[in-house]
Amino acid sequence: MLRDMMSTFELQQPSSVADALAVLKKAGSDSWVMAGGNDSLTWFKDRVKQPKTVVDISGISELKGIREGANGLEIGSLTSLTEIVNNKTIKAKFSLLSDSAAKVASPQIRNTGTIGGNVSQDTRCWYYRGGLPCYRAGGNTCYADTPTAMNREHTLFNASRCVAVSPSDIAPALVALDAKMVIQSSGGTKVVDAEKFFVGPAVDIKNMTILKHGDILTAIRIPNTWANATFYFEKVADRAVWDFPLVNIAAAMKISGGTISDMRVAVGAVEAVPKRLQVVEDLAKGQKKDANLAKLAAKASVRGAKPLNFNHFKIPLMENLVTRTFRDS
Amino acid sequence: MAYKLIGKDYTPPDVLAKVTGKANYAEDMRADGMVFCRILGSPMPHARVKNIDISEAKKVKGFLAVLTADKVPSFPPPNNPILNNEPRFVGEPILAVAAETELAAAEAVNKIKLDLEPLPFVTDPLESLFPRGPEARTNGNVANVRLKLQKIKWSAKDFASAGEGQLPMGKPAEKWQFGDLEGNFKKSDLVLDETFVTAGYSHHSMEPRSSMAYWQNGKCYLFGSAQSQQFMIFGLSRYLGIKPPQLVYNGAFCGGGFGSKGAPYAEMVIPAHMSKLLGGKPVLMRVSRAEEFAFGKGRPGFQGRLKVGFRKDGRILAADLYIVHDNGPNTGFWDFRNAGSSFSIVFQPEAMRWQGISVLTNTPVRGPQRGPGENQTAAAVEPIIAKAARELGLDQVAIRRINAPDNNAKYGAKQGPVTSAYLKDALDKGAKLFNWDEKKKESGKKNGSKVIGVGVGSAYHSAGAAGFDGLVRITPDGKLHVHSGAGNLGTYSYADTARAAAEVLGAKWENVIIERGDSRKGLPFVLGQFGSNSLYTQTRTNWAAGLDAKAKLQEIAAKELGGAAGDYDVTDSKVFNKSNPSKSISWAQAAKKAIEMGGKYSGKEMPKDINPITKWATASIAGSGLVGVTKDKRPKKGVTPGLVTAFVKVEVDTETGKVEVLDHVEIADCGVAVHPASLNTQIKGGAVMGYGMALSERYVFDPKLGMSLNGSLHESRPQTILDIPAEMTVDNVGKPDTSNPVGAKGVGEPVQGAATAAILVAISDALGGHMFNRTPVVPDMIINAAAGRPQSYKPLAVNTQ
Repeated sequence: MLRDMMSTFELQQPSSVADALAVLKKAGSDSWVMAGGNDSLTWFKDRVKQPKTVVDISGISELKGIREGANGLEIGSLTSLTEIVNNKTIKAKFSLLSDSAAKVASPQIRNTGTIGGNVSQDTRCWYYRGGLPCYRAGGNTCYADTPTAMNREHTLFNASRCVAVSPSDIAPALVALDAKMVIQSSGGTKVVDAEKFFVGPAVDIKNMTILKHGDILTAIRIPNTWANATFYFEKVADRAVWDFPLVNIAAAMKISGGTISDMRVAVGAVEAVPKRLQVVEDLAKGQKKDANLAKLAAKASVRGAKPLNFNHFKIPLMENLVTRTFRDS
Repeated sequence: MAYKLIGKDYTPPDVLAKVTGKANYAEDMRADGMVFCRILGSPMPHARVKNIDISEAKKVKGFLAVLTADKVPSFPPPNNPILNNEPRFVGEPILAVAAETELAAAEAVNKIKLDLEPLPFVTDPLESLFPRGPEARTNGNVANVRLKLQKIKWSAKDFASAGEGQLPMGKPAEKWQFGDLEGNFKKSDLVLDETFVTAGYSHHSMEPRSSMAYWQNGKCYLFGSAQSQQFMIFGLSRYLGIKPPQLVYNGAFCGGGFGSKGAPYAEMVIPAHMSKLLGGKPVLMRVSRAEEFAFGKGRPGFQGRLKVGFRKDGRILAADLYIVHDNGPNTGFWDFRNAGSSFSIVFQPEAMRWQGISVLTNTPVRGPQRGPGENQTAAAVEPIIAKAARELGLDQVAIRRINAPDNNAKYGAKQGPVTSAYLKDALDKGAKLFNWDEKKKESGKKNGSKVIGVGVGSAYHSAGAAGFDGLVRITPDGKLHVHSGAGNLGTYSYADTARAAAEVLGAKWENVIIERGDSRKGLPFVLGQFGSNSLYTQTRTNWAAGLDAKAKLQEIAAKELGGAAGDYDVTDSKVFNKSNPSKSISWAQAAKKAIEMGGKYSGKEMPKDINPITKWATASIAGSGLVGVTKDKRPKKGVTPGLVTAFVKVEVDTETGKVEVLDHVEIADCGVAVHPASLNTQIKGGAVMGYGMALSERYVFDPKLGMSLNGSLHESRPQTILDIPAEMTVDNVGKPDTSNPVGAKGVGEPVQGAATAAILVAISDALGGHMFNRTPVVPDMIINAAAGRPQSYKPLAVNTQ
């Protein structure tokens, strides 16, 4: 199989959401929605995905920009990550989001990469990306979960045939902020919780989100619920730039007088979805933010982890990040 | 000695083209009627091609031809084949397809149906050495350059008798020894016995090895990506099946090679053979990143063991080094040999034994990478030296200084001499610039989860050769043409060394034209641009050619103006009588006179002892000016070592495994700095490559599938600008090597190994002396070590994480 040579496809560049939805409907299931193109072009160049029609939505201006409303922010799905990093309101009220966006990939990729694309990107499993016919690719095996497989970047939790993980740095932040995802299709508009937007292999082994053919993620709403909360974001990766997380963590805490009244926290790259740590949230509520809580929460967070051959380091790493969330926030 | 050009900064002539994008690399070449070809690589790690069905490929619009292994020259095993019907690694070129467009070529490649018979394969050398273990080739499992393909198996007893996690040491393929090994181990106050693994990894040259070729009037015109220029001619001619004068080779620009493009390589001639099949039509083959990863060569990994005995003052009395070298499936490179010789020079052991075996695996083709063998050795050995210092209660610099080579140093199996060695001076200078005595007090200092570590490490590579040819010409316009046989690998050695000819003739730099990059320009034969040799080798050749031209200028002046040649001297534009400077002729006049005189003066006659390539080059420019041409006959007694030492301070976050280098000082012993700015970037650039070797870069193999999983720049994780310190302090010792006319030695390779070694020593220091004995040290390993958990990798396994 020759790689690194993109095949031909029909390129559609609609200028409105309505046009895009119409084009998608007409193109049928062998079509692909492309935003910033960072993930899409990699798939195409590797010839692993060869859609007949590519619908490039990057020219749809109504999907760009950050709007402030009474109940929070609405971020167009084509808003660039650089814009999110630099947005004054986000930095002031929801720095968890700007901090997580700032850790994505590299400055160049953040300039072209969009928030919608980031949360819709596919997993980085190197067997899957390498074009092997695994479960996720429609085959009948998982190459990353054999006795000799190389799987340091794979899952700790809730494997179901597939052991790939969510690669996004922004997804855990959106879960922690209780963001809402606005999805349009020719059937209408629906709004779902970020937590429900991401799906694991037990639900859908071929897709990492609930987006179906004909859907376009048009906006992400950040409710004011967690505005100005105490936030903690950290990403651990092999490199300081141009890398996906080995593990990342995003937390929002409401604290008064040293006591945590409410909390949401999610961890990335340990499961196919951003893993919300409700056990930790329950533990934290009503507790002092201190070393005892950090220790207890760290231990509790990794309960049920099932490491593979090469990824058990993610257990202490996740414990450490949970500890740091309480200790260093 | 006061020089006008040597030691001064300047802008090499091709810099502007590079930074403005005007430089034409092989991929940029175009010609009328040009078509494209792409390669079909093997999907299996080892297989036999039973049948090739091209019927569907032929139907692709624009399809032109298929080039298969039977249509190209073949070479005796274990040479790298051009195309292969028994591929021995995933991605090995089986055939190539030409089409009118690149896309059509790709589509046609993917329509070819291969019937492959899978054959046994192996990704771990030790598995191949185990009795009845799989072998990478059907007729042997051990081979190397000058080591014939053979089968060597160790006994089950060899494996069983090795200690837990220690390298078994069965029959080596090669060995040498000097001194009283056993006696010296007995005399030692401390003996350490450590097993280690260093990972192999790809070179990641920015420019994949694309090439373009066509045939005209029986000549092959080939535009390739290579570090070297005239060194390529003989090997490429063999790959093409033609005589060297039938090849026109153009390698004017090269986007990095790091050793992988130093010598002629098989894939470069694929478009040339395709062109021949198409009646000479120009064919461009662009090589993709995935292909470059598969067949663009990589550094061999080591599974090694070092037993080393120290006197209580740190002096190394005895060393016993065993290297199992992962050579890929073919000829590979002799890193395992360099492990022994580099240890011998950096640490000057009183007695030493080296044993090595180069084992074949069905993994990407291996070749030399920056400090091949020397840098793996620095990475593996320096942390062991650091451990000895801790156990003996010695200072880390002191233990290195007591063993460091000086001008009386001995080198290698035969304990031969060196032309100069100032590693002690480099250690002293580095310790001072780094402020070692103060910084070492910070060792182990904690700041939350972060711990400080300090480290020092040194590395070596030979740094120059002798006996190649120089060629210069003064034309009737008074310009000095330095004909350089060097390639343009990115170090500017082609230009830096040209300055030696200008220096000896006293030429103004603006009056110098460097002829290079195209074999039609009359370029002499020189060693290739690898092995840190060019600066030394070609300052010698160009100095010699400059002297030859100078003598001819003096002789012509004497003939024209009377007196003896010795009465005359040379300035930047004329030859003058020393006692009466008004008696002079200009270079332009002398050049015209040389043409009139002919013979040796114009290059019509030439020395008999120069290389045939230099003879052809000289003949091609003969009669166009005053020609200076000669073989470099300056004496050279012993190896010329390039030695480098690095000092680093790191901060290791024990909770995240993150290593940050806070301070980096690196000092080279490379004689006189011919081009200080270039030396500065050379040291820093090499050091950054060393960061990758220490912290992130490695092949990841799935042993069941027999394929590497990280065949992209992202997955291979070379270090980025944000992973390195904003500032590094670099310098050179500056003591001249007197065997070189300008006192210079090369330095390109050990700058990497020293940085890698110092970082690894510093990480170990931060973790209280924890020994990983493995490269790279990735975050996983630090997190596990700090958490007191076992590591994921199995002892001695090639795969790290």
